[in-house]
Amino acid sequence: MIRPQKPKKKIGLYILIYGSLLLLYIWAFSGVPMDGFKDTAGQISKAIFSGIFSPDWDYVYLPEGEDLLRGLLDTLAIAVLGTFISAILCIPFAFWASKNMNRARFTTGTGKFMLSFIRTFPELVMALLFIKAVGPGSFAGVLALGLHSIGMLGKLFSEEVEVIDPGPSEALAATGANKIQTLRLAVLPQVLPGFISYTLYRFEINLRSASILGIIGAGGIGTPLIFAMQSRDWERVGIILLGIIVMVVLVDMISGFLRKRVV
Amino acid sequence: MIEFKNVSKTYPNGTKGLKDINVTINPGEFVVIVGLSGAGKSTFLRSINRLHEVTEGEIFVGGTSITKANGKQLRRMRRDIGMIFQQFNLVKRTTVINNVLSGRVGYHSTFRTMLGIYPKADTELALQSLERVNLVEKAYTRSDQLSGGQQQRVSIARTLAQEAKVILADEPVASLDPLTTTQVMDDLKKINQELGITTIVNLHFIDIARQYATRIIGLNAGEIVFDGPVEEATDQKLAEIYGQKLETTEEEAKEVPYVATS
Amino acid sequence: MSQLAEPLRPTPPRKLKLYFTIFLLALFLFASAYQTNSTFSELLTGLPNMTGLLVDMVPPNWAYINNITPAMLETIRMAVVGTTIGAVFAIPIALFSASNVFQSFWIWYPVRFVLNLVRTIPELLLAAIFVAIFGLGPLPGIFALGIFSVGIIAKLTYEAIESIDKGPLESMTAVGANKLQWIRCAVIPQISAHFITYVLYTFEVNIRAAAILGLVGAGGIGLYYDRTLGFLEYDKVSTIILFTLVVVLIIDYFSGKLREKLL
Ligand SMILES: Nc1ncnc2c1ncn2[C@@H]1O[C@H](COP(=O)(O)OP(=O)(O)OP(=O)(O)O)[C@@H](O)[C@H]1O
Ligand SMILES: [Mg+2]
Repeated sequence: MIRPQKPKKKIGLYILIYGSLLLLYIWAFSGVPMDGFKDTAGQISKAIFSGIFSPDWDYVYLPEGEDLLRGLLDTLAIAVLGTFISAILCIPFAFWASKNMNRARFTTGTGKFMLSFIRTFPELVMALLFIKAVGPGSFAGVLALGLHSIGMLGKLFSEEVEVIDPGPSEALAATGANKIQTLRLAVLPQVLPGFISYTLYRFEINLRSASILGIIGAGGIGTPLIFAMQSRDWERVGIILLGIIVMVVLVDMISGFLRKRVV
Repeated sequence: MIEFKNVSKTYPNGTKGLKDINVTINPGEFVVIVGLSGAGKSTFLRSINRLHEVTEGEIFVGGTSITKANGKQLRRMRRDIGMIFQQFNLVKRTTVINNVLSGRVGYHSTFRTMLGIYPKADTELALQSLERVNLVEKAYTRSDQLSGGQQQRVSIARTLAQEAKVILADEPVASLDPLTTTQVMDDLKKINQELGITTIVNLHFIDIARQYATRIIGLNAGEIVFDGPVEEATDQKLAEIYGQKLETTEEEAKEVPYVATS
Repeated sequence: MSQLAEPLRPTPPRKLKLYFTIFLLALFLFASAYQTNSTFSELLTGLPNMTGLLVDMVPPNWAYINNITPAMLETIRMAVVGTTIGAVFAIPIALFSASNVFQSFWIWYPVRFVLNLVRTIPELLLAAIFVAIFGLGPLPGIFALGIFSVGIIAKLTYEAIESIDKGPLESMTAVGANKLQWIRCAVIPQISAHFITYVLYTFEVNIRAAAILGLVGAGGIGLYYDRTLGFLEYDKVSTIILFTLVVVLIIDYFSGKLREKLL
């Protein structure tokens, strides 16, 4: 009696899922304003395209400063420093949140919750708040990236800590080493390559973030980009976009190469 | 000298690991603990340096109670007790010499350890220890590039660098082939004889036990069922105690039924 | 004995590489700190502002939720529509990028190259460009999310396609199927579950992204950061942040459940 009913239940579940998906779609698409086009849209797209293909090469280097190279350098510096700060700060969190370093379920749980909380807090909003605290500029961007990246790095690091071999730690404890010595000599060598590799990976992500922080005034190439857009200087927009793409591709390549080396 | 006084160990789940053990091991002895899987050999060994806590009784090492030692005293006492594990427990990503040197940390401040810098004398001691196990040419090789037997000899060198007065070895040859087994056991025996280090080894195999031990202690279900010199540990005697179960070769040993503890 | 053995001892390896790496890293960090004007004193002077700001943020202004709910719904709508557009376009692009579907280097390599280029552009930047083209509103946001989603979904999907079982591919070739039949019967069934998982994952990413696109005028709740921060209404800011966090977590939860169900 029970068995024949089972498939029915499943069908009900699928109807529920697909039905609500359908409703969601109807709701979502019906709300999209289709009349929002500016009549100049075609014209501007054309201007942007031609801007990208005939970029403003002079902007690459200007003797008096505020040029593309310096903007990219600033972006790179924000990413480097922000990533480094978060890589250092997330280590205590990582140990806090990893199961094998804490016997108490509670501490692990709170650690993991903290990390996911930080992760969902967007870096751009953090940057807005830091701008209020330390004023607009690169430093606010550094702090925002440094804080936001803790969420993801801490999670990845703690997963790395969770899979280590407990044997060496036990062997060190048996020689009379204290907790910190055990961490340094048995745990650190095991987790360090993973930590470095994840940090590089996060650096790649942070570089992309750093290139847009300037849009809200937190330093980097984003600031001249948004200015160029507002003043409709599409050739300058073109060269900045090219600059960002080239930098990101290069850094990805170098970082990918280094990541392969450390493991 | 190591003394067990009325020592019992009950695991949190109720399993009795050790039952009222009373035994004294004298300096310089080469003791082999034998017993079936689950007999309590590891529990016995690990309670000596308190990697496992006993639940009753007291253990004395060199006249001091390790059971009552607090954090700092415990670490000081562990410094004198070297331990060798079945799975070697080396940090695989670092060099051999760094693994040997890690035996020295009990002598140094935390700060020094953090920097990872050791005094010259320590490096010399580490190299000498490696010479003793014939591995000095591998000093700067990464440990994961060594064979199992070599790794085990590195962990012996670690206990030497530690200048331990007692060596505990928990099935040091269980994951090795017969030839490397001989090398490792020979090293342990040589160290025991030349340096007079008290050595306690857990083994599955009675024939190796007979070959190296000066004294054999048989455990079964957490109790001492045999304790005497090698000559007394005859096949007949052991068969009496264990039935026909205590085997002599690895293949057969794998088929030994697990002895359930009550 | 020791004298005899001594010549056999290996010489310790030089640590030059390690020192050089540390030196290089330190140099990068100092240069970055210099470039971004990041100093501890700057941080210390900013800290009181930061704490003052955090104090102003509590308690959140709960009544404000009523004002921002329509924007929140718009955010969700943007993510739904953007992800859907992205998913649809990702299918052909993923197929063209997979080297086991189109074996010719001249097909998959260029497609993949363009895909990787697009992936270097952050979504906020895309949004800023589309705002310039279409004007303010959710439409540029939807387009930005769509392109951004194509990048993620197509990449994950073509990687999944490249790792599928060869057997069904060969047997479809053997029965004489044309390319479309071949894809329909041998490729699609093997990757559809992965594909849906990736789409849901991208949706989770897009909800977070959509919540900040408003900062460049591309619709959604992000618009309200500007409004409230401009007037220093920090209790409203914290309301927006918390509201977004809750919505994001709820959506993550359901999306995760759905992923489990569909697989
Ligand atoms: N952490 C633990 N929790 C609960 N019971 C345990 C634990 N460790 C060991 N035991 C039990 O204690 C008993 C003795 O275990 P022990 O590891 O000392 O045996 P052993 O003689 O070393 O066996 P083997 O030869 O397999 O290593 C066994 O019954 C085992 O199941
Ligand atoms: Mg054991």
